[in-house]
Amino acid sequence: MSRLHLGPIDFSLLPGECVSVAGKSGAGKSVLLRIIADLDPHEGDTLLDGAACSGMPAPKWRRMVTYVAAESGWWDERVAAHFSPATDFAALFPTVGISAEASAWPVARLSTGERQRLALLRALGPENRVLLLDEPTSGLDAENTGLVEALLRGRLSLGTAILLVTHDPEQATRMASRYLEVRGGQLVEETR
Amino acid sequence: MNPHLIGYNDLAVASILVVLNAVLTWVLNLGLSRTILIAGVRSVVQLLLVGLVLKTVFALASPLLIAVVALAMFAMASYEIGSRQERRFAGVWGYGIGAGTTMLATLLVTVFALLGTLRPVPWYAPQVLIPLLGIILGNVMNGVSVSLNALSTAVMRERPGVEARLALGTDRYTALKPLQRSALRSGMIPIINQMSAAGVITLPGMMTGQILAGMDPLEAAKYQILLLFLLSGGAALGALAAVYIAIWRITDERDRLRLDRLVLR
Repeated sequence: MSRLHLGPIDFSLLPGECVSVAGKSGAGKSVLLRIIADLDPHEGDTLLDGAACSGMPAPKWRRMVTYVAAESGWWDERVAAHFSPATDFAALFPTVGISAEASAWPVARLSTGERQRLALLRALGPENRVLLLDEPTSGLDAENTGLVEALLRGRLSLGTAILLVTHDPEQATRMASRYLEVRGGQLVEETR
Repeated sequence: MNPHLIGYNDLAVASILVVLNAVLTWVLNLGLSRTILIAGVRSVVQLLLVGLVLKTVFALASPLLIAVVALAMFAMASYEIGSRQERRFAGVWGYGIGAGTTMLATLLVTVFALLGTLRPVPWYAPQVLIPLLGIILGNVMNGVSVSLNALSTAVMRERPGVEARLALGTDRYTALKPLQRSALRSGMIPIINQMSAAGVITLPGMMTGQILAGMDPLEAAKYQILLLFLLSGGAALGALAAVYIAIWRITDERDRLRLDRLVLR
């Protein structure tokens, strides 16, 4: 895959595997995740179990290969409107350290850290096969970082693969089994 | 109907107000007197010129000349819509979307009015066609340019929310629906307000003019109603088409947001 200053890039991810992605800001880490989610125009293709991204509707692909941006986006004033009404989503709020009552709040009442955690929570669905996480714990304290990491480990044990962009080498060590770095537009495998 | 004619001396008397206004702002040091005088002179020159041109066009009643006048009006409206956009689509789409949808809606509504209700003989009689085209064009132009501007501003502002929805597997039209709705509302509100306030809060300009010129008030009211219907239909049609095309253009077939196709002027 390639786009502008990034690539060509070629790599693969196994079920239940977490791979960390490091690199200087502006190196193209977010662009890499966005390309895999097919959110930016690019050359090349991505395959999930042999099924090409370009061979299926983009929304279907993105429900399986889901990107969570570093900066959370909201499209309604109410927190509840961002979750599927068919699920008991509020019951999951405490798993990321947020009171279930927050489901009745307006989004404006959430702090930046709370928004970040709820944006991650709302991306977790039964269809996810790969999660593309852009600094999911940046700005969180140690306790909440721990909660998010525990949540992600739970998804890994269910067979979801995670591509984790992080600036924190210790988090990479805790979570990932392989370490990548975007350097000079290329993806370099680090050995530790 | 016997039109009450006014002479140039009557206009001169009325112009005292403008001059007085200019003097007053000059005395109060508001820095507006020059602008007021220039605007006053412009209105005199432009309107008399248009009056003369229309008089000639009406007298000749040549289909070719009428077509030329209509094209000139479309050209100016297209330029106006393009220049009113804070952000424009790159390339031909920048003027194309606004101009194309404005022309389409204006033509449809004008032809509908000419053939369906007013039925002048011949159907292209310039006394009916040109003023009708002008007022419909002006309203459609407003509806289209306000809607397009509202949409592009909203997309830039709501980008994180829209992208979050797309990333979660929502298709492009669903993700942009709230923005589409509010953009259309912005474009339609002026004409809706005009319809609901007509006669109660203001007497519409055209009706006032007709009554002053000696027309029966009830007849003038009927004309005004017809016109309001035509204007609201035209503005809605134009704004709807423009917003749909803009949304199609601001996204792509892989349900991505393509803000790279918008350029800041």
